[in-house]
Amino acid sequence: MDFKLTDKPIDGAALMAGLRDTRAGACVAFEGRVRGESGGRAVTALDYEAYAPLAEKEGERILSEAREKFGVTGAVCAHRTGSLALGETAVWVAVAAGHRDAAFKACRYIIDETKARVPIWKREHYADGATEWVSCATRAGTAGGGAGGGKNAG
Amino acid sequence: MKKNVRVRYFAILREQRGLDEERVATEAATAGELYEELRKRHRFTLPADRLRVAINDDFGSWATAVRDGDALVFLPPVAGG
Repeated sequence: MDFKLTDKPIDGAALMAGLRDTRAGACVAFEGRVRGESGGRAVTALDYEAYAPLAEKEGERILSEAREKFGVTGAVCAHRTGSLALGETAVWVAVAAGHRDAAFKACRYIIDETKARVPIWKREHYADGATEWVSCATRAGTAGGGAGGGKNAG
Repeated sequence: MKKNVRVRYFAILREQRGLDEERVATEAATAGELYEELRKRHRFTLPADRLRVAINDDFGSWATAVRDGDALVFLPPVAGG
């Protein structure tokens, strides 16, 4: 499995080491961290929740698409679940390819598609004690008003 | 005829339902009808057009027929990364 969900801290260096390949002259990594601000509100912590069987299946599909589209030699992604403190690593993507152009493009593709498609949810905890599921606000529903909500990390 | 299905809840739906999962006996013909039934019963705030549905651990459509023994998940807007 090259797409992993984990409730433990992500070891990015270990993921990169797994991509060593003499065909690969370029290795690009993206690390998403928990930011202390979202939509103008002070954030104190994040919780991630995943629908594991489908998150892993969709994550593997995204990695396969990246391999096919960009011809990379290796691609991995790890995403945290559970409660994270500010500054902690929430997501790690690493890609190895023959040359840098494919590696940069594939890395960008994987993080963008992961954020858009993989069933993982994020709850922000704010300094005023409120919490909110990101992107789940409705006019009739939870605090925060209009659709969209804040964004954090990756 | 009533069908027995398993529904799992995540994120905001889990909080609004107060449960991780439940067994539901339903006459709903499609996944969309089942969500409407549950949304009314439990006053879920998200309309179906903000959600996706998964059936037996893969993405489905709102028009997918509900069959006895299916496992369904209504997916709130995702927010990984």
